[in-house]
Amino acid sequence: MPRMNIIQAVNDALRIEMERDESIVVMGEDVGKFGGVFRATQGLQEKFGEKRVFDTPLAEAGIIGAAIGMAQSGLRPVPEIQFADFIFPAFDHIINEAAKMRYRSGGQFACPITIRTPYGGGIRGGHYHSQSPEAYFCHTPGLKLVIPSDPYEAKGLLASSIRDDDPVLFLEPKRVYRAARAEVPEEEYTLELGKADVANEGSDVTVIAYGAVLHDVLKAVEAAEDEDGMSCEVVNLRTLLPYDAETVLESVKKTGRVVIVHEAPRTCGYGAELAAMIAEKAILYLEAPILRVTGFDTPFPYTLEEEYLPNERRIRKGLRDTVSF
Amino acid sequence: MLRWRGGRYNPAFMSEEIYRILKTNGRLEKGRKTPSIDDDRLRDMYRYMLINRLVDERMTKLQRQGRIGFYIGSVGEEAAVIGSALAMRDDDWIVPCYRELGAALVRGFSLYKFCCQLFGNAEDPIKGRQMPNHYSARDLKFTSISSPVGTQIPHAAGLGMGLNIQDKKNAVLVFFGDGATSQGDFHVGANFAGVFKAPVVFLCRNNQWAISVPGERQTASESFAIKAEAYGFEGIRVDGNDVLAVYETVRKAAEKAYAGDGPTLVEAVTYRQGAHSTSDDPRAYRDEEEVERWKERDPLNRMKSYLKHRDLWSDEEDDKLRDETVKEIAQAVKKAEKVGPPDIEEIFNDVYAQRPWHLQEQYEQLRGLAE
Repeated sequence: MPRMNIIQAVNDALRIEMERDESIVVMGEDVGKFGGVFRATQGLQEKFGEKRVFDTPLAEAGIIGAAIGMAQSGLRPVPEIQFADFIFPAFDHIINEAAKMRYRSGGQFACPITIRTPYGGGIRGGHYHSQSPEAYFCHTPGLKLVIPSDPYEAKGLLASSIRDDDPVLFLEPKRVYRAARAEVPEEEYTLELGKADVANEGSDVTVIAYGAVLHDVLKAVEAAEDEDGMSCEVVNLRTLLPYDAETVLESVKKTGRVVIVHEAPRTCGYGAELAAMIAEKAILYLEAPILRVTGFDTPFPYTLEEEYLPNERRIRKGLRDTVSF
Repeated sequence: MLRWRGGRYNPAFMSEEIYRILKTNGRLEKGRKTPSIDDDRLRDMYRYMLINRLVDERMTKLQRQGRIGFYIGSVGEEAAVIGSALAMRDDDWIVPCYRELGAALVRGFSLYKFCCQLFGNAEDPIKGRQMPNHYSARDLKFTSISSPVGTQIPHAAGLGMGLNIQDKKNAVLVFFGDGATSQGDFHVGANFAGVFKAPVVFLCRNNQWAISVPGERQTASESFAIKAEAYGFEGIRVDGNDVLAVYETVRKAAEKAYAGDGPTLVEAVTYRQGAHSTSDDPRAYRDEEEVERWKERDPLNRMKSYLKHRDLWSDEEDDKLRDETVKEIAQAVKKAEKVGPPDIEEIFNDVYAQRPWHLQEQYEQLRGLAE
């Protein structure tokens, strides 16, 4: 099996899907000849032509608005938003149009678009190249939200997202775009949306995470196991909407302790939903308060981003506090 | 092509730069020839306008009686909507705003289904999910309506781009009002369509009022049509109460789109004779005399006079169509009113192609309470 990074895996999935289904088109800023600012669409225009891989004017609302119309014409657009921080001009089209299209038309119109966008901090990008906006979108009936953490997931989940008949927001963890490398099958495969992965089995505490921060969680867990003798189970969500409550609950019922880790700010963040769901469905299994290790409720800082991010040190503290409660 | 001359927004109805075929008395404008449109089509234009008018009158009353929650009519704007919808081919896409019942009627949308949508009942094509006037009909290539203003404009551009990509030879007719031209979505939609030469006819129903706000508060441009120039395509200002002028203009714009020559912006200058919706009372913000002046330019009277001059229509035929339509509407309302609400399960259907666990759980909770 070839070793790939996430960029290569995304590129591979796009190529395979476009070969498989000619209704798939790739569009966005700089995705054509240049192949994207992160090079995720490199070589696709050359291979599939300018009709199927093309640059658009610089307008996120236009990219998503046009993609919705293209979907109505029978295509399966895969628009790229260059950074998740720039997605908000298209917020109305995602929330009010794409996500509601099937429902509001009584099932007459679908909106099978997959919006790819890099998210998250750790690349010295300041406020506007670092944010994790998943919570805004997870509050949206009709939308699916997927976040891979490594190349294997990126390829399989992107293929599933593109084949899905509902709109999917596919957030790519840009901090580990190149750092996360793994063996990836050369041929096509899919990973089911809505299914979590148990990335590490354990019995003392359940850590729930997704995306780039999963790598920090796994490092922290390894250290906690080696140095503190803890046994930690790690649930990697992969899909945030609709999410895999079954796998989460199964783990929580086993360990009785929960730490939720995400980069995004804490208040009304994705962890709040997980904590509420766990409390509703498994409170009698809990032996400690559900703890969140997250970004702070501030705009994303430039110089002090390492302190802002839920790094290994903060995650280990969370594990100790929970297990020793 | 209009040329920018500076100055302020000018709604002047009799402006020389407005394309018109029929005078308000139904006679041809000086220098205009009898258009080469067959007689049946000419009669259709008027028939659809009259049906549209009668439906609007009836449904407004229905709302006043408290039988439906809300209604948006298009009294005074029928020519702009019906003239343009008739000018397109049946396999072209129509991307509506929410004031284009006439276009749906042209496509064959049934009055019964329309009434079911107003009642939001179990036979509503959109299953009781939206307010009145937000119908859609995919089989008629009539897209889904949302309330936020102008969002359909980039969708139309994308639809046109999609047709080009798939080498389909159809075009797209998108409707929006004068207020929508102030939205960013008008800009991105027009810009994308221009850049990609999308086969789109942008139909701005300039009805002079965005609820209570007049045209001069929407733009400092001399017209709405002139905005097209900056996007690299043609903008045409047409008398929106002259169904022949609208039809001819949109026909040419559609031919251009079929030929691969890109989009056109058509500003149909018309007037919203009624309220924005049944929730609005225009007496609070506009002069009744203005309304009366526009009623003299009513699109139905003008076309009826024209047809009568040409012996294509008579008062007897007019009365007959009125009677038939009033009866047909009454029957549709009566039948639709008897249909019950959708099953509560419809709250949870069509959110996704397949219902995920959390919606199933919520459905079961609600079902449990209901039983």
